[in-house]
Amino acid sequence: MATKVLMEALSPTMEEGRVVEWLKAEGETVKAGDVLAEVETDKAVMELQARADGVLRKILAPAGSTVPVGDLVAVIAGPDEDISALLEQRRPATRSQEPAARTQPRAPETKVTPAPAPPAAVTGGQPERADRIKASPLARRLARERGLDLALISGSGPGGRIVKRDLERIEAARPAIPAAIPAAAYRDVPLTQMRKTIARRLVESLGPVPHFFLTVEVDMERAWDAREALNALGEEPRISINDIILKVVATALTRHPECNAWWQGDHIRYFNEVHLGMAVAIEDGLITPVLRNAERKSLREIALEARDLAERARARKLKPEEYTGSTFSVSNLGMLGIDEFTAVINPPEAGIIAVGAVTQQPVVHNGSVTVRRRMRLTMSCDHRVIDGATGARFLQTVKRMLENPLALVW
Amino acid sequence: MPVLTYRDALNQALREEMQRDPNVFLMGEEVGVYQGAYKVSRGLLQEFGEHRVVDTPIAELGFAGIGVGAAMAGLRPVIEFMTWNFALLAIDEVVNSAAKMLYMSGGQIPIPIVFRGPGGAALQLAAQHSQAFEAWYAHVPGLKVVAPSTPYDAKGLLKSAIRDDNPVVFLEGEMLYNVRGEVPEEEYLIPLGVADIKRPGDDVTVICHSKTVAVALKAAEELAGEGISAEVIDLRTIRPLDTDTILKSVMKTNRCVIVEEGWPFCGVGAQVAYEIQRGAFDYLDAPIERVTGADVPMPYNKHLERAAKPAVSQVIEAAKRAAYAD
Repeated sequence: MATKVLMEALSPTMEEGRVVEWLKAEGETVKAGDVLAEVETDKAVMELQARADGVLRKILAPAGSTVPVGDLVAVIAGPDEDISALLEQRRPATRSQEPAARTQPRAPETKVTPAPAPPAAVTGGQPERADRIKASPLARRLARERGLDLALISGSGPGGRIVKRDLERIEAARPAIPAAIPAAAYRDVPLTQMRKTIARRLVESLGPVPHFFLTVEVDMERAWDAREALNALGEEPRISINDIILKVVATALTRHPECNAWWQGDHIRYFNEVHLGMAVAIEDGLITPVLRNAERKSLREIALEARDLAERARARKLKPEEYTGSTFSVSNLGMLGIDEFTAVINPPEAGIIAVGAVTQQPVVHNGSVTVRRRMRLTMSCDHRVIDGATGARFLQTVKRMLENPLALVW
Repeated sequence: MPVLTYRDALNQALREEMQRDPNVFLMGEEVGVYQGAYKVSRGLLQEFGEHRVVDTPIAELGFAGIGVGAAMAGLRPVIEFMTWNFALLAIDEVVNSAAKMLYMSGGQIPIPIVFRGPGGAALQLAAQHSQAFEAWYAHVPGLKVVAPSTPYDAKGLLKSAIRDDNPVVFLEGEMLYNVRGEVPEEEYLIPLGVADIKRPGDDVTVICHSKTVAVALKAAEELAGEGISAEVIDLRTIRPLDTDTILKSVMKTNRCVIVEEGWPFCGVGAQVAYEIQRGAFDYLDAPIERVTGADVPMPYNKHLERAAKPAVSQVIEAAKRAAYAD
């Protein structure tokens, strides 16, 4: 039977440990009592011992990484045993002190319900974690379905348990959220057999949200000029490239409702309104406030609202209804000099666009090489909802509108 | 529609089934000349004669065994226990013979028998004569267990029990025999294994059977006054359990209180609660509550006895806990 190797509390006050060195390698046979790794605690370097016989099948916390007590660091199992289920349960909380190999922002994941099975519940022997969320099974299901983050909801039940009425209170407080908006705001389409098969196969292959990615390079000269011209009017607010992108994405989504959708397990919900999530980096995390009905707002309104939301997000003053219920998201790391990246979809949404920096590039334009402002957009698509060509057509519209911003007033 | 007592509804069921099928006969203590300890068999000796309404000595194991033998030989016996407390003496025949014969004969020998009589507590009959045995018999594969709460259900279910080819443990309520209710004149059957929604509601499901149905309905009425809408589900048959009806209701209300007269440990409610958490886990908004008889031998003292039985106030409190309304 597979055994989890957890980061153990090797000192009474230890909350996390740094793996100094693995003394056993993946594939090596180990016996209970063998020293697997050296772990630096808050006090000393200690030995992490095997608690079972078997093969050290998988090391999840490489040397140098720091892991909270109770988190999975390795798996001991039989040589051919299937350990995929154990690996899936792993909390994504492991932090590495080495430079991150990937630049994928975990932005939208802040809204995902926290890891479903904390180690405390699985192993039984661990103390209850302070960040464990107490919620009734019903509240958990409703939060999942409605895209609410339980971590941000206070529970009124015994011991702070989050129950149905707490979610209803939140919903009542925000009449504009998609779950509560009139039926005309979206249409639910049952899954066809083909869509079901696609969904099932892709989930087997790629994980619970089967992503694929589409990248397009956009010529930003005219958008840049448009921004300059608008700002030359000297009026507030000043328009940013990001505001233009938000406006374009919202408008393009109205023409491609097939990308403005939620995966709902047994059906897909296509929205007729655009609630655009915009990932905002905040101190030690990030959050995606939502521009409600972005498709009906002018560029000026979007600029004002986006600035206000971002400011209040950084001040941690957003209300729950302001960062839930988005139908599509945009994440922009261009201001940090990232040329292109892939963003992680924020379920149940079906897509997110990752925006890179606008940079001057030599390109062939009208038959000669010239320097032009270029930008790369990468769209992550949930393949259960969006197929390659569907996403590509949407991205084409976004590109065309950015390259000809007059389309926004057309 | 005629209004009958529970006892007369059962009497009608016995009479109709004995008229319908000459293989049906009634046997037990005082069922004939005395017309039944609780008068359920009134008039049957006169109508059907002493071959089909058989008085027995005070020997539960013996006449239960004769019943099983008669069923093996092709008859459809109805064995009356004066109360289910006395049937403890006969439990070997019920559990070891009746429940297992079909299985152990490789399907050759069905046992179409009904064991019936009053179960549960009455008033001040003390520890040995105030017991609810639903959970005991429901534990046994091969037995069906029925516990009706109304005259209508009692008649329809007893007729189905007599026609069933399996042994059926039919638990009546001593305190229910005088309960009156509408019973149609035309013939009807109520299938075994189908629960009944005695009162529809939205906020909390109250699951009960037999005598506790009245307790649950009273509680539901008071809860309604406080704005809590309770759905009362009468299991009617404990085994097979109507899990579909239970789950459907709990999926609607998200909360559940299970009421039973028997003891809590390994009681009927324990099984029902298991089925709910298994089948409707993602629909539960609160822990499932149980209201049971106290986990003690029934006291003789009438105040203590009252305190040991499931009470309306307990059901109300449990429902409020489940609805986070306390």
